[in-house]
Amino acid sequence: MLRDITLGQYYQADSVIHRLDPRVKLGGTILFIISLFLFDSVIGYLVAAVFLALVINLSKVPFRFMIKGMKAIVFLLMITVVFNLFLTPGEPLVAVWKFTITKEGVRLAVLLAIRLSFLIIGSSIMTLTTTPNQLTDGLEKMLGPLKKIKVPVHEIAMMMSIALRFIPILMEETDKIMKAQLARCADFESGNLIKRAKGLVPLLVPLFISAFRRANDLAMAMEARCYRGGEHRTKMKPLRYARRDLIAYGIIFCYLAVGIVAGHYESILLSFIGITGGAI
Amino acid sequence: MGIIKVRDLVFEYIRRDEEGNVEGITTAVDNVNLDIEQGDFVAILGHNGSGKSTLAKHLNAILYPTEGTVWVDGKDTQKEEHLWEIRQTAGMVFQNPDNQIIGQIVEEDVGFGPENMGIPTKEIWERVEESLRAVGMYEFRKYSPNKLSGGQKQRVSIAGVIAMHPKCIVLDEPTAMLDPKGRKEVIRAVRALNDVENITIILITHYMEEVIYADKVYVMDQGEVTLQGTPRQVFSEVERLKELRLDVPQVTLLAHELRKEGFPIPEGILTNEEFREALDNIAGKL
Repeated sequence: MLRDITLGQYYQADSVIHRLDPRVKLGGTILFIISLFLFDSVIGYLVAAVFLALVINLSKVPFRFMIKGMKAIVFLLMITVVFNLFLTPGEPLVAVWKFTITKEGVRLAVLLAIRLSFLIIGSSIMTLTTTPNQLTDGLEKMLGPLKKIKVPVHEIAMMMSIALRFIPILMEETDKIMKAQLARCADFESGNLIKRAKGLVPLLVPLFISAFRRANDLAMAMEARCYRGGEHRTKMKPLRYARRDLIAYGIIFCYLAVGIVAGHYESILLSFIGITGGAI
Repeated sequence: MGIIKVRDLVFEYIRRDEEGNVEGITTAVDNVNLDIEQGDFVAILGHNGSGKSTLAKHLNAILYPTEGTVWVDGKDTQKEEHLWEIRQTAGMVFQNPDNQIIGQIVEEDVGFGPENMGIPTKEIWERVEESLRAVGMYEFRKYSPNKLSGGQKQRVSIAGVIAMHPKCIVLDEPTAMLDPKGRKEVIRAVRALNDVENITIILITHYMEEVIYADKVYVMDQGEVTLQGTPRQVFSEVERLKELRLDVPQVTLLAHELRKEGFPIPEGILTNEEFREALDNIAGKL
């Protein structure tokens, strides 16, 4: 049913990763993404793969769930891989008609494919183990310092969580209006693009009107319950770092250090091989 | 002074055309006086457009009087500095359950009011638990509001208000969008709060069955209070209520019709039990 749809794709489980503070997960994901662009070596990627495997294992989310998220971007991945494969200049490996595959092209394409898939799996671990609510809370707290330069952080977070709460309600409403209009012979399916877009008007107008009405009601209900912005507000579920969060930060930084160091040694190793190879 | 006192309240909606010129003035509430004591269960009745919702919004300082004064717990609602105290003293439950639940989880929604009041975290949890238990929704505390029935959602809304520890709760047609089962749930929860916690209840409704337990009933028509008294007094005036396009409870109507036909049945029968008793009495006489 429409009501069961949750945004993102939270996977209910009881794991260390689930219990982590959302700020750790947000920060960790960002650091992991940065690390993928920092590491430019096979050994670096190996470190990232081991780290990722460890986190997946800890999160207790079945691996096929992560793969599901990949499906949507397979096409994008293919395009980037193909372009890199054929359009990188360098030492030719295979030549078919006008296209040549170069050695550098193969290397770049493989690295890019790995980089992109790691990136997607890495960020889906965050969305799979964090409820949208925790995410907004985490964002609000992380962006807190921006309040000093007059960014309405609390308001943005509040809007996000209200939007999340109303998505299923508005979806159901869309469904209802659609059925009501279909019963009056509205046509949403036939005709060309312009005709179809025009057909959406009888759906969108009532939906917008009802959304505004709801917004008005909600604003009144919030005021009636003493809502007056973020100031003087206490939290029912305040975010507090626990020991495991600090440990998690430690592990993430260890991972970064190991990756960078390993990458560094690899380039020395490679250049050494290169020099000896050149001498021979 | 009682918890709520309304003197000569007038409220006018000003309708404007697109240029902002005044098109006309609608008087939604006209010269209303109310006196409500702490612990009362008061019902306000009226058909659509009778001004009952507008009146309700004055009790929570959402609307301000055009003329006259409203005091909540001795505080004038027009004074800016009392605004938050008044909203805390007189909680409000609205008609549409979907449009007043803010949290994505039941317990978070109930905690929203106390959070706004700046209550310390530990006490918020205590209040949330106690309020959810008071309306019998404690076992649903981890649910998403979207998975609850209308009656359950409305009970969550009531819990959200109780968590702010109000002295008085104004319910603006809380059952209008519910099925009969949901209506029963909500009314039962409201009556329990009135009996056990001695919270003043102001129930605005157009369902007659819901007002028979009230201590006092006000009937509104075209912005004015036209009838007031105990439910028995008000329901004795069946003809007047019909004129006001209000449905009288079926058993009251039946008793009224029988009385008109010459049966010796008293006016203002409210429940089936009373009616049965009255019939037994007649049977004894015949």
